[in-house]
Amino acid sequence: MTALIDIKDVSHTFATDGGPLHVLDHLNISIEEGGFTAVVGPSGCGKSTLTRLVSGLMKPDEGEVWLHGERVKGPRSTVGMAFQNPVLLEWRTILDNVILPLEIVPNKLSRAERVDRAEFLLGLVGLTGFEDKKPSELSGGMRQRASLCRALVHKPEVLILDEPFGALDAFTREDLWQTMHKVKSEEPFTGLLITHDLRESIFLADQVVVMSGRPAHAQYIMDVPSTGERVIDDLYTPDSAERLNILRHQIQIAQGREPADVEAAQ
Amino acid sequence: MSLKKIAIPTIAVIIFLLLWELLVWANGWPNFVMASPSDLGPAYVRYWDLFLINGWQTLWRTVAGLALAIVFGTALGMIMGFSKVMRDALYPLLVGFNAIPKATVVPIIALMFVGAHDFNTVLIAFMISFFPIAVSVSIGLSTLEPEYRDILRSLGASKMTIFWKIALPKTLPEFFGALKVAVTLAFIGTNLMEIVSPHGRGLGALFDSGRTNSDYPLMFAVLIALAFLGIVLYYVVVVLEKIFAGWAERQET
Ligand SMILES: Nc1ncnc2c1ncn2[C@@H]1O[C@H](COP(=O)(O)OP(=O)(O)OP(=O)(O)O)[C@@H](O)[C@H]1O
Ligand SMILES: [Mg+2]
Repeated sequence: MTALIDIKDVSHTFATDGGPLHVLDHLNISIEEGGFTAVVGPSGCGKSTLTRLVSGLMKPDEGEVWLHGERVKGPRSTVGMAFQNPVLLEWRTILDNVILPLEIVPNKLSRAERVDRAEFLLGLVGLTGFEDKKPSELSGGMRQRASLCRALVHKPEVLILDEPFGALDAFTREDLWQTMHKVKSEEPFTGLLITHDLRESIFLADQVVVMSGRPAHAQYIMDVPSTGERVIDDLYTPDSAERLNILRHQIQIAQGREPADVEAAQ
Repeated sequence: MSLKKIAIPTIAVIIFLLLWELLVWANGWPNFVMASPSDLGPAYVRYWDLFLINGWQTLWRTVAGLALAIVFGTALGMIMGFSKVMRDALYPLLVGFNAIPKATVVPIIALMFVGAHDFNTVLIAFMISFFPIAVSVSIGLSTLEPEYRDILRSLGASKMTIFWKIALPKTLPEFFGALKVAVTLAFIGTNLMEIVSPHGRGLGALFDSGRTNSDYPLMFAVLIALAFLGIVLYYVVVVLEKIFAGWAERQET
């Protein structure tokens, strides 16, 4: 059984003006092909650093990151990324923003095929009719949808989302969660989601990793059995309440606001 | 809508000229204290060929200096924008260079390249105007949000691709902002050289000849011609900005 994403014993230290900053400490996470893992943890614990390691934007000091049986040595076009800031290019239309990765990644698609692909994804996220608009003409939620399409347009194996819904209001966010489910069922990918929202983590992911405070390791891993299609109501079942409670408790430990379990403290 | 856009500034100019005329008339100033707009017409009629020839000379040398400033300033801005070491190294030098009043450089340049009038003038226009361009390009590039770079870099894009696809277009609004300043500065540089180092060319030289011949209406007429050229150059930049960086404009509400 091989995982599609395998983070093996990764440690990383940044050199900062205030001296070395030990961010990750023997971090282990593994994600199955087609899986969707959410990572939660205290602010500044190294979650974005983790995404940069997986996408090959950075190399870890120690340990290894493996993608599809190959060790990650640099950026690769089989990865798609989206951030909290949708970073759309204001001078391009929404359609051309979505097409951007196809201009970078080697491929033989004609312009018409690229447009088709982009339009299909825009349709999937409910942005049909907005192809020719400029990003400034869209709401925050719509921009984030477009950013999601851009991350998926080149059919990446791995989709990395770093707090993509963090800046949106609660209702828009829930809309986007459902969109994510729809996208996931149409577009096969293996997902790594960084989030601050515990409800989001259990709604979207089949595995939730709680990272400890700095230097961070995987403090707690929760499996969320998938029961077919999820709807927002699922978040209000006793099962979900139980999970959220556990996660909240783990976050408090990670933040150092609550003593760890007795065994761990020894 | 567009009629209004032309009408409002035109009316403003007319009101300005009327007030000026009124001021001179009410105070009974002779034209060697201050010429009035009604003195300007005859000056233009008498010297129209000189205005055309000298105006053209001022114009092309300003534009040449500015073109050099754009090429050099952009290159310098790119170097400083991409490399923090170069930024730290060059910034103080650049600020020091910019702080030297160019009026003091003019005679030096005039002596260094005696007789090379066109070259002198273009050089001053260039020296005075490249600074804002270099600074704006370097700031534009160095403040590019890392996510923009990461989006392309995570796909394996080269530095050059990132520059062409993102960094350059994203810097254009700042670049044009600086260009509006630079165009005015280049214009000042050209005239500085034309007046300080008289060689009978350009509107600056025409101004100088007005002074030596005590032809005051001519001097004022040159000032107005300079203002007119300055406006034309400025609005050329505005039009270019609309074409190349129009996306950065806020939607009018
Ligand atoms: N390139 C870098 N150089 C130096 N320090 C860095 C660098 N990148 C991140 N850091 C520091 O490492 C720590 C972890 O950063 P990271 O962005 O990974 O945290 P995070 O978990 O994503 O935080 P947040 O929840 O606020 O997004 C932070 O303290 C940050 O200041
Ligand atoms: Mg982060």
